[in-house]
Amino acid sequence: MLMRCGPGCHCPSPSPSNLIPKRVTSKESCQATDGKHRQSQKMIHSLFLINCSGDIFLEKHWKSVVSQSVCDYFFEAQEKAIDVENVPPVISTPHHYLISIYRDKIFFVSVIQTEVPPLFVIEFLHRVADTFQDYFGECSETAIKDNVVIVYELLEEMLDNGFPLATESNILKELIKPPTILRSVVNSITGSSNVGDTLPTGQLSNIPWRRAGVKYTNNEAYFDVIEEIDAIIDKSGSTVFAEIQGVIDSCIKLSGMPDLSLSFMNPRLLDDVSFHPCIRFKRWESERVLSFIPPDGNFRLISYRVSSQNLVAIPVYVKHMISFKENSSSGRFDVTIGPKQNMGKTVEGVVMTVHMPKAVLNMNLTATQGSYTFDPVTKVLTWDVGKITPQKLPNLKGIVNLQSGAPKPEENPSLNIQFKIQQLAISGLKVNRLDMYGEKYKPFKGVKYITKAGKFQVRT
Amino acid sequence: MSGNGHSYGEQAGEAAPELAQEAAPTTAPSVPAAFGLFSSDTKKNEDLKQMLESSKDSAKLDAMKRIVGMIAKGKNASELFPAVVKNVASKNIEIKKLVYVYLMRYAEEQQDLALLSISTFQRALKDPNQLIRASALRVLSSIRVPIIVPIMMLAIKEASSDLSPYVRKNAAHAIQKLYSLDPEQKEMLIEVIEKLLKDRSTLVAGSVVMAFEEVCPDRIDLIHKNYRKLCNLLVDVEEWGQVVIIHMLTRYARTQFVSPWKTDDDVVEEYNENNFYESDGEQKEKDRNVKKTYTMDPDHRLLLRNTKPLLQSRNAAVVMAVAQLYWHLAPKSEAGIVSKSLVRLLRSNREVQYIVLQNIATMSIQRKGMFEPYLKSFYVRSTDPTMIKTLKLEILTNLANEANISTLLREFQTYVKSQDKQFAAATIQAIGRCATNITEVTDTCLNGLVCLLSNRDETVVAESVVVIKKLLQTQPAHHGEIIKHMAKLLDNITVPVARASILWLIGEYCERVPKIAPDVLRKTAKSFTNEDDLVKLQILNLGAKLYLTNSKQTKLLTQYVLNLGKYDQSYDIRDRTRFIRQLIVPNEKSGALSKYAKKIFLAQKPAPLLESPFKDRDHFQLGTLSHTLNSRATGYLELSDWPDVAPDPAVRNVEVAESAKEWTAILGKTKKEKPTEKFYSESEEEEDESASTGATESESGSESEKEDKEEGSSDESSGSSSSSEESSDSESDSKESTAKKTSGAVKESNAEESKKKAKGISKNRNTSSSSDTESSSSEGSSSDSKSVSDSRSDSDSGKSGSATSSKKEEKTAQDRKTPSKQDVFLLDLDDFYPVTTPVAVPTAAVLSPSLTADLEGLSLSGSSVIDVTTQVFVPTKTHEMLHRMTGKGLSAHYHFSRQPDMFGDHMVPVQVTVTNTTDQKIENIHIGEKKLPLGMRIHEFNPIECLEPGGSVTVSMGIDFCDSTQTASFQLCTKDDHFNVNIQPPVGELLLPVTMSEKDFKKEQGMLTGMNETSATIAVAPQNSTSLVIIEKVVKAANLGVVPSGQDNIHRFAAKTVHSGSLMLVTVELKESSTAQLIINTEKTVIGSVLLRELKPVLSQG
Repeated sequence: MLMRCGPGCHCPSPSPSNLIPKRVTSKESCQATDGKHRQSQKMIHSLFLINCSGDIFLEKHWKSVVSQSVCDYFFEAQEKAIDVENVPPVISTPHHYLISIYRDKIFFVSVIQTEVPPLFVIEFLHRVADTFQDYFGECSETAIKDNVVIVYELLEEMLDNGFPLATESNILKELIKPPTILRSVVNSITGSSNVGDTLPTGQLSNIPWRRAGVKYTNNEAYFDVIEEIDAIIDKSGSTVFAEIQGVIDSCIKLSGMPDLSLSFMNPRLLDDVSFHPCIRFKRWESERVLSFIPPDGNFRLISYRVSSQNLVAIPVYVKHMISFKENSSSGRFDVTIGPKQNMGKTVEGVVMTVHMPKAVLNMNLTATQGSYTFDPVTKVLTWDVGKITPQKLPNLKGIVNLQSGAPKPEENPSLNIQFKIQQLAISGLKVNRLDMYGEKYKPFKGVKYITKAGKFQVRT
Repeated sequence: MSGNGHSYGEQAGEAAPELAQEAAPTTAPSVPAAFGLFSSDTKKNEDLKQMLESSKDSAKLDAMKRIVGMIAKGKNASELFPAVVKNVASKNIEIKKLVYVYLMRYAEEQQDLALLSISTFQRALKDPNQLIRASALRVLSSIRVPIIVPIMMLAIKEASSDLSPYVRKNAAHAIQKLYSLDPEQKEMLIEVIEKLLKDRSTLVAGSVVMAFEEVCPDRIDLIHKNYRKLCNLLVDVEEWGQVVIIHMLTRYARTQFVSPWKTDDDVVEEYNENNFYESDGEQKEKDRNVKKTYTMDPDHRLLLRNTKPLLQSRNAAVVMAVAQLYWHLAPKSEAGIVSKSLVRLLRSNREVQYIVLQNIATMSIQRKGMFEPYLKSFYVRSTDPTMIKTLKLEILTNLANEANISTLLREFQTYVKSQDKQFAAATIQAIGRCATNITEVTDTCLNGLVCLLSNRDETVVAESVVVIKKLLQTQPAHHGEIIKHMAKLLDNITVPVARASILWLIGEYCERVPKIAPDVLRKTAKSFTNEDDLVKLQILNLGAKLYLTNSKQTKLLTQYVLNLGKYDQSYDIRDRTRFIRQLIVPNEKSGALSKYAKKIFLAQKPAPLLESPFKDRDHFQLGTLSHTLNSRATGYLELSDWPDVAPDPAVRNVEVAESAKEWTAILGKTKKEKPTEKFYSESEEEEDESASTGATESESGSESEKEDKEEGSSDESSGSSSSSEESSDSESDSKESTAKKTSGAVKESNAEESKKKAKGISKNRNTSSSSDTESSSSEGSSSDSKSVSDSRSDSDSGKSGSATSSKKEEKTAQDRKTPSKQDVFLLDLDDFYPVTTPVAVPTAAVLSPSLTADLEGLSLSGSSVIDVTTQVFVPTKTHEMLHRMTGKGLSAHYHFSRQPDMFGDHMVPVQVTVTNTTDQKIENIHIGEKKLPLGMRIHEFNPIECLEPGGSVTVSMGIDFCDSTQTASFQLCTKDDHFNVNIQPPVGELLLPVTMSEKDFKKEQGMLTGMNETSATIAVAPQNSTSLVIIEKVVKAANLGVVPSGQDNIHRFAAKTVHSGSLMLVTVELKESSTAQLIINTEKTVIGSVLLRELKPVLSQG
């Protein structure tokens, strides 16, 4: 219902004739004007931002204007899909192709006219969303609406004629300064602008990721080694599939042009690595050392996968008893979570989410620890456990109320577990040392390890 | 809804003119204005106009911001055009930019007014600030006003030779815009593209290739000369450019190289062989002789090698682009390296997953092996969106084979029970496909599916029935039991497809269930009127079939059903009924056909093929939009088939002098523009760093290659880093003089440095740079004479020695400039690093560190622990060089002394013994004219002034064989005569032994796997099986260093090649029953395979 009113309201036609045939004609007419310019309309032609209720709240065209009505095809596809997650990222319409991503409750719908690698567009759209996030702290409809001028300036810089121009945050920040309260106050008084008037030096060099003239009084370099365990645990508790994926996120605040090299105690653990462009690939190939001139600020240095030969330690176990009685409108639910192979660290931040079958009406449960909620509309059970202490294992148990008359659910729902372990990289990866060349000062260095559950699923 | 109502009204007013404009963009501006009058924004716009006309920048800025806000919401702001365009010359950069935004949006609609702004842009195009020049060009080319085409053309031409690469990049973008505005300009634009393709800036490369793809994708000839440069620059191009370039190069390579797939099995070996001969300069001859063997073009290899590191990119599009390149271009054995990276992308966003999974699905149909190791990565999670689940399932099904099917089926069992019924149904189909593809499990699957028939969910049951039907059809055997079971189910199943399927089955195999079939007909006849059309048709079919086989029992029933059908509402059914009646019920009118009724109805029906929906997608290039949509997208460029015969590879050779000149010109200008710019500082930084981390020879080699690059021969010399594989097809004697000169220089610098050599060049560097300029310049040329000679090899064809030498002077001159700055960096290392102004350094970073790093890695860099040692063994075997009969009494023999450091690091020392067998003195024996293959150098021995009769003298000479077993031919001269002689080195002599620990050995070995590994199993003669004998034999055959080994049955040897310093690791592993595994790991695969061939007989013979 919500979807329906969206296109209705935003069809550019003033008459109520927003029927499909009418729309097609309008599109064709617009195509006719384009036809004059022949086929060559490469890459990203236009971008529409659409919120969850189907309002197009921002549009940007890099070439001639494409009518909003093209989005109707998107709405059509959206309606067909079961949920937002299932809206196909690539939609073909009579004259255009729509490639969209869904981020933070916003659809970024780009209009394409000719062949282009779809990943190119998808990756770019995500980069746009990342930039918004970076600039405004969040990538939400309100943030974008509030900063619409900066958004426009950004989009203008990021894409020229549909081809990416500057996507490095360090460069963009020199061209267009991110909004801060202080700056907006100053600007309104002095009339100075947010827009830089010289070409960022990074743009010309081959280290476009670093801006020039960085100065800090406290020089710091922090690295967060974050590992996530992806796992599928089967009914009997044995591991069907487990893998460790990790990233190293860095926060580098160093003056000048530091040249860093980071080495590991056990680099052979890293099976497959993807790098930030700043990393010298050959140096890694030959010496297994990460050598780079870092961007300024926060960035992801590498992401890696731990080789599958290594056995993955599973830090928690789950005992479960979920059953639905035949010909009765109730079932039993009993889940206990306990620590296992956690290397002497505490497992904390444990949250369990379960998508209960549709037939479940309500749940009456008692938790020995933490609190639980059950949303009868989405049928999602969330149990926020918190810390696991081995002395008293957290348990959630009670009665499940089923819709009477409905058949007993075929399958028990699988349990999705989240957890966190501080000060531990579960793969055993350890940073050996960080050296800095090129600058004289002594930076403050820090490395933090953390292990989290990634896509951690227990089948029941 | 109420809120929306408001916005509806607001929009209604403005959307209309917009539509009108779209229909006719050139209509007079008055039309929108007239509509605008009725809009609720009229007043607001009035006040915006006032603000724009105010004298205060802040008011203007506010107004512009609001206008941009309107544009962003899709509201019409075109009536403000005159007011806005006035501000185009504003001093305030932000206002200016916002005006640009406005202009780009509305200029097309208000062409006349837009022309007012043109002069401002023309002025801005001459602005000293490159950002302003660039953005002026951007806007000028973005306002789609046909009248300014000539101005745009002029601006683009001018900008394409701008000093700032950023402006040139924008020029490349403008090309596409102008082309879409006026395709008539194509020819002129192609000229600009051609010019920009030659550009060396990584900034420009991506954009110009994009323009190329847009404007003239068929002009593949423009790429030839730039091919190698593009390959070499690729790593340093920004990620978006990489994607475009890789896709373009994929297309290019498919037209220029021959298929590596035809003789896939022996590709690697052939490739080695040929490569080896290539450096002989005999490649073409060889090609003619052996047409059928496959040679990978070195340029083809270059592309594959230079794209490989990009698999590690963080950008999914780049990874996918490389993956498709490998898929379409690499030998099948090598394509596997991409799978790991593709699987990594599955951790990414939903949209990326979707595209990647689609591509994997296509790949996994053709080459299962690629993704089999990652089977578990495709296991489905209940939280995945359905579209991802189905794709994963598709891949799992493609990957199923005898070995993994049992695990897969267990996994499928979980999926079948999924709450997501659409997915459960897809799983059942997948099981069906597995069952037909893998005969071992057909029965298991069938049983499993039959069990599912008792599932509570109807869609699951229905899907199972349909799949079982298909399965039984493919297996027309004894499945009476299953049919009976299904017949029983008929009472409960309501899904029409499933019911129809059951009825069809019973009809088709009614002879197997003779008792049940009539009963089923009886039951369905009763419910006929309430059935779905689909089911009705099958009831009719069943009736007909039974009538033909078992007319006694079913005649009446069938006629009843036919009568029902006769009066059915659906004409399809009425038609069918009439048809069947005529066919099966005999009457006087029925023609000849009814005789064959049984044959018609009960003919063997072909089993349906259960195929993947991704089966036919592979005719689209992977990673493209067309592939994703499975239909041709507009502008899709077909990937051509491999040519049968490769076009002339020589077209890719590049003249070096021209580019050098060009570059120096650019260099000079840039310097003028920015006097503070330090061109070399980046490389020095590199050096500084490498010195501190322990530089190695190879590293320094590429270092100076890089210097070369800066000096002008950028792409050629970096191309030469791959010299071993570069085809050196043009060979000329004019180069000889160069060689002499270079070797002369080498001699000097090496004489003083030879002692330090063992410790790696890092020391050299310090010495040379701290000493006078002369030595450092000679060092520059000596430490990488390889790159010098190679860069020449590209250009030498028509060049005289004088031109080369003048270039050399130029080079020296530049080198002289370098050390003055270099001193500071090199001496100080990191402790005394001078405080550079932070602004100056980044501008200086013209060459990226990563490029350097890449060049470093191209020749394998060892680590500091690997040291050259003295030879283990000196062979005594001598070879004849000149027989006394042919030498008129002068005879000469040579042997390889294996003494390192005699003549410098690239030279193989050779001892020549000259004997006088005549009875007269022979005077002035020296080396005369040399006929050397490309790059080879000889260090002559000192002339022997006089040789007494019967006397003999041993002299030493050095030959740089360039790591090949090519023959060095030269003349041995006496006072009166000269004789042509040859020296051909056994491959074992092209090595320098090195020491390393076992651990290092293994580490190095680990890095040299795959392509870089050759191995063979050999029989070992029994007397050879002791370790001492083995070591002795191996070391005798090749100049290898012994690596201490922890195991008795494994012997390890290590060396590096004399010329390039590539590691050569030899492992002999004794096995039972007197066989041994001989493994050679080296980057120099050619030498590796030759060495392998030579070592084989050594151990097998007694």
